[in-house]
Amino acid sequence: MDSKAITNTPEIVALGLDSLIIRFSWVPSDQTTRIVQDFQRLLAAAKVFGLRESATALASVIVTFDRFQITRAEMIATLQDLLAIQKAEPINPIALNRIWHIPVAFGGDYGPQLGQAANMAGFTEKSAIENISGADLSVLSIGFAPGQPYIGLLDNAWNIPRQTELTPQVPAGALVVAVRQLVLFANPSVTGWRQIGYTAFRPFDVHRAEPFALALGDGMRFHPVSHAEMAALDQSNQQSK
Amino acid sequence: MMGLGGTFRTNAPLRFALTGAKMRVTLDDTVLAWNRTHTMQAGQILTIGAVENGSYGYLTPAAPIACDSWLASQSTHLLAGIGRILETGDAIALGVDSDPGRVDHKITPSDRFSGGTIRMVAGPQTDLFSHQTQTRFYATQFIRSPQANRQGVKLDAADTFAPETPKGLASDFIQTGDIQMTGEGVPYVLLSECQTIGGYPRIGTVIPLDLAKIAQAPIGSRLQFETISLEDADTLCHSDAMLLGAQRRSVTPCIRDPRDIPDLLAYQLISGMISGTEFDED
Repeated sequence: MDSKAITNTPEIVALGLDSLIIRFSWVPSDQTTRIVQDFQRLLAAAKVFGLRESATALASVIVTFDRFQITRAEMIATLQDLLAIQKAEPINPIALNRIWHIPVAFGGDYGPQLGQAANMAGFTEKSAIENISGADLSVLSIGFAPGQPYIGLLDNAWNIPRQTELTPQVPAGALVVAVRQLVLFANPSVTGWRQIGYTAFRPFDVHRAEPFALALGDGMRFHPVSHAEMAALDQSNQQSK
Repeated sequence: MMGLGGTFRTNAPLRFALTGAKMRVTLDDTVLAWNRTHTMQAGQILTIGAVENGSYGYLTPAAPIACDSWLASQSTHLLAGIGRILETGDAIALGVDSDPGRVDHKITPSDRFSGGTIRMVAGPQTDLFSHQTQTRFYATQFIRSPQANRQGVKLDAADTFAPETPKGLASDFIQTGDIQMTGEGVPYVLLSECQTIGGYPRIGTVIPLDLAKIAQAPIGSRLQFETISLEDADTLCHSDAMLLGAQRRSVTPCIRDPRDIPDLLAYQLISGMISGTEFDED
């Protein structure tokens, strides 16, 4: 890929026949998160004709439109106008809603790839746990599966790539790491990220009164607990079902 | 029904349709035709066996399924933990069939069980693949892998198509039909239960019109990709409402050949009978 393509942001590109991606950056950053959230706010306020759905990811906004009501070219023109408006105004900071404190069992069977991931990031297992549990993190995006958070941003040392091959399955509650972020799996899933820990917290539960626990901008703090404590937490989860 | 059906019985007359990938099917001892509606009675056994061609077969009752809905949907989404797979012994409650006496109907669908050429459009991450990699990709014949579910299907080939992933690439939006490449360059085509966001780059998106050919491709069938412009894809792909309307209009009543009616003698074919000697008796 030429370097021009990667610097040419923001840009609007088609995803399939009925979606457009407004890409603000190729890599996540705190500033990009602010710009993405700010654009989504502008978009919601604009009440765009033909827009069916919009959502934010780490560095982009998706707009899904009814292509039998409005053409792609018309939708792109509308989005370009909004980008111009955004450029002329200061970016609003994201309000921090609340902070979640989540117990995590790191390493061993609960985090079989802790050693490998820590090594890639230049940590020992112990210092990796200290680094992650000492970080002020927040929910950067909800996606992949319902209610599932992308959490970050970790120190730059954690800018480690995804695996080249997929792990066939990690359990619900798996805490996985890649590209300066953590994902907390809501359900058993295939993944290309490395599992370093496990939590009894479930970000999504269809049977719970509030199925989606987390919201964009929520603060996240991870607290290491012993494997015995985690087993007890899991057991109390089972009993309260 | 993925690859294999099941055995079903009902406690009331049940009208149903058999569509999708053709499977061996019998009602009691009678072989039934695919791509049409049938009616079964309480006590009869419907046996649906292995798929003969394609991957997913559908058994659809005429009456609506009476189960709880969530976010206005009754669908199961396994990746999300919504609903579950049916298990042996499960009972499915049905509502009321709005037209129980309707004559059986049939449909003649287009072929989507032979693999072949799949049309796709470029997407937001196509440029992460070098021109040379893209050229190889379009020239490659893929084999549909047995590794598949409603989230996606893996495609096998002798070659790999690794993207040039920038360091720290942000996960981005994904949609049904996207052709996602793992780090080692193995393609997966994402299907109806795919994730909403993902990190591995995508070389493009299969157009909606050709997606069934991927989902229904039998294990081992050959597939090849052809890229077309967004404008051409726009013209080719009609709205779901239009497609459904056209399908509905193509459904025709089954004209029955008496030789194909297994319970012919159960029908009241003659009303009234005479012995032929009635007028001789006096």
